[in-house]
Amino acid sequence: MTAELRGKSAIVGTGHAGFGEAHGLTAYDVMAQSALAALGDAGLKLSDVDGLFCTMMEDSMPALMAAEYLGIQPRFIDGTMSGGSSFVNYLTSTTMALDAGLCDVALIVYGSNQRTASGRLVTASRPPAYEAPYNPRYPISAYAMAAARHMHEYGTTREQLADVAVAARAWAQHNPEAFERGPLTREDVLGARMVGDPLTVRDCCLVTDGGGAIVMVRAERARDFPKAPVYVLGSAAESSHRQISQMKDFTVTAARDSGARAFAAAGVTAADIQAVELYDAFTINTILFLEDLGFCAKGEGGAFVEGGRIAPGGVLPVNTNGGGLSCVHPGMYGIFTVIEAARQIRGDAPGIQLNGVDLALAHGNGGVLSSQVTAILGSQNTL
Amino acid sequence: MPDAKGPDHIFQGALTKGEILLPKCEDCGAYHFFPRVLCPHCHGTAISWKQATGKGRVHTTTVVRRKPERGGDYNVCVVELDEGVRMMSRVEGIAPGEVAIDMAVTAFVGEAEGAPAVLFKPSEG
Repeated sequence: MTAELRGKSAIVGTGHAGFGEAHGLTAYDVMAQSALAALGDAGLKLSDVDGLFCTMMEDSMPALMAAEYLGIQPRFIDGTMSGGSSFVNYLTSTTMALDAGLCDVALIVYGSNQRTASGRLVTASRPPAYEAPYNPRYPISAYAMAAARHMHEYGTTREQLADVAVAARAWAQHNPEAFERGPLTREDVLGARMVGDPLTVRDCCLVTDGGGAIVMVRAERARDFPKAPVYVLGSAAESSHRQISQMKDFTVTAARDSGARAFAAAGVTAADIQAVELYDAFTINTILFLEDLGFCAKGEGGAFVEGGRIAPGGVLPVNTNGGGLSCVHPGMYGIFTVIEAARQIRGDAPGIQLNGVDLALAHGNGGVLSSQVTAILGSQNTL
Repeated sequence: MPDAKGPDHIFQGALTKGEILLPKCEDCGAYHFFPRVLCPHCHGTAISWKQATGKGRVHTTTVVRRKPERGGDYNVCVVELDEGVRMMSRVEGIAPGEVAIDMAVTAFVGEAEGAPAVLFKPSEG
């Protein structure tokens, strides 16, 4: 979105459901519980929703399925599927639709039961024809090859990758909503089962159930709700490829472009951001996105994350809920970057609440480093 | 395979004869991969097919860890051919963990998932 849309929309409710294991529930059950939680947070009802922004892992018409399940008849839907980044991407389409008067109450929602249903990633996506014969393990082989290239070009080490997982766990240990809260050391990560060199199982995100939802309205009425509004100051996307073999530079993601445009729309820089919520499907993601979003120079991400520098008490608060590595990762994690960023700004984060957060960044990743979406959120003070 | 004229059919058809053909744009002169009906660089549609040199280097690589009873570990990599295109493949003839970035490799037509496929082996000398 452009600077003209800065602060035109606001998050007035967030909710989630089914974190960890949602025994006996379908993905759509978890979706619906998440929707109810977010609407309850906003003091609204399902019948108030006239804009629905939803995609799911198991269907190609998820927004229709979700609307039918919820018993609503929205006048605007967006079911754009760019992988886990979709829900950050919806911050652009919700803002546009609200601003244009195409809907008045926008609901972004997602749910998954992948852990209890199958224990692994569920996807309706077909394997690419020119990659499938070689049996890459989707998606880890792609991220492993990006990590290998980063290590080769910049001397990034497995220890530095491990420190990303250790920092995420340290945040999660303070978050009662997080799925994995036990102790985790660098040695634990390095010594864990190798699944796709150079990544061990502890370099990989969780496989959990869970859903999330966000309620948005136009900024002009955002102060009429129970919780402090969180404004969308900027959001931008960039899509670079679908198959990992087509990625031009394995060490540079399109987050460089999405980030630059999101910052430009919001009129702020990386140095202004007080809480950073990144899509950490794998430990290499955090390093790549910190570089590409401008928190450090290209190639310096490994040193940037080393030794607790992004852990509680470090130099930059990153993934303050524990991230996809330790909090929750139900197939697509993107919506939780927005929810945690919003809660840090509102002051009701479930784990460590940072002091006086006015500006937070949520970054979504989709496919195999394919779709990058960056959003800058702000408090009333930032308008 | 009647009327097998689409780019995918041309590529796969050559593989069944043991040949590796690469699509090349007549307009800008650049190769591309995977095969398609237009050039992704200049968007021209005049595509010709050239015999691949088969020479390339491993751009990046990983080992997919798999239990021995299911066939054991195997290599997945992305190779950059001298023509400037990249493709996913695997290097055979050495242990999967021995495949290294920048290693010189040579293509051959082998079999993957029961069908002809481009595979690589370490280049000699």
